[in-house]
Amino acid sequence: MSKKDKVFTVKVRRDFCKGCGLCIEFCKKEVLAASPKLNRMGYNPAEAVNSAACIGCLMCTQMCPDLAIEVYSG
Amino acid sequence: MELINKWPEYHKKDVVSHYCPGCGHGIVHRIVAELLEEMDLGKKAYLVCPAGCAVLAYLYLDFDIIESAHGRGTAIATGAKRANPDLFVISYQGDGDLSAIGTAETIHSANRGENICVIFINNAVYGMTGGQMAPTSLLGQSTMTSPMGRNPEVDGYPLHITDVVAQFPGVAYAERVTVSSPAGVKKTKKAIRNAFLTQQEGLGYSIVEVLSPCPTNWKMDPVTACKWVDNEMTKEYKPGLLTDKREEKRKEKG
Repeated sequence: MSKKDKVFTVKVRRDFCKGCGLCIEFCKKEVLAASPKLNRMGYNPAEAVNSAACIGCLMCTQMCPDLAIEVYSG
Repeated sequence: MELINKWPEYHKKDVVSHYCPGCGHGIVHRIVAELLEEMDLGKKAYLVCPAGCAVLAYLYLDFDIIESAHGRGTAIATGAKRANPDLFVISYQGDGDLSAIGTAETIHSANRGENICVIFINNAVYGMTGGQMAPTSLLGQSTMTSPMGRNPEVDGYPLHITDVVAQFPGVAYAERVTVSSPAGVKKTKKAIRNAFLTQQEGLGYSIVEVLSPCPTNWKMDPVTACKWVDNEMTKEYKPGLLTDKREEKRKEKG
């Protein structure tokens, strides 16, 4: 399987996200978006709306100040 | 399914930090924890926390940490390193701490060429106390104590403390980076790694200035704050290598 065919799954730990939106801004593939539901702290956390488009560049995890994003391969 | 971005060993898991949304401290904490794991330094690492927003860093980082009086980070780091040279000593300071209250300690520890690493988080305001003007605030920047903008006739000019200490012969490595974009974060990690290597080789003082967004006190949303770092702060504080005397220091050591 070449790198291109790899499948990635993005998960956001809802109650750790403060909804700063940096991951949404810096994701070039528009995988993430703000959730309309509030989390435990009263923020609108990011959520993965289009995980299939993820290319595993990890820009979101680089920018996340709260280590709230988990990216799985396969 | 395999997790790609593993949780750094020296970062506590399942804690929510007190930092505001979009604060750069969380990113730098993660970088420090990752580097200590990668370079296998966590067991002998010793972090000096400042007074400022990062005062509670011991709640998030999982290695030896001491709290310092306001501005005295590099003085405590000096004592720790001299008492036990095996320790890997890092002083983590903000701009109010390092460039205002602790100017004397910063300048003299740099001038002595102490073998310590300094991570200097510059966000151009006093964050913890509510956004007052710092020596590093930009000209015209509106803060709580300069609501009409910083006026050089009254308040003076932004203080480039890293440029000042970079001129000292004791300072082996000084670099200015940003954490406002993924590329900036990668450069920050590289710069802090170089600073850590400098101390590991025993070459002297190393300082990394990180231009970091403070959305709450700048009264911006996090994305605009990152753009403000890229567009405004970098005009005053140009990112890049300020000094690298490691080669000379290696020759001096022989």
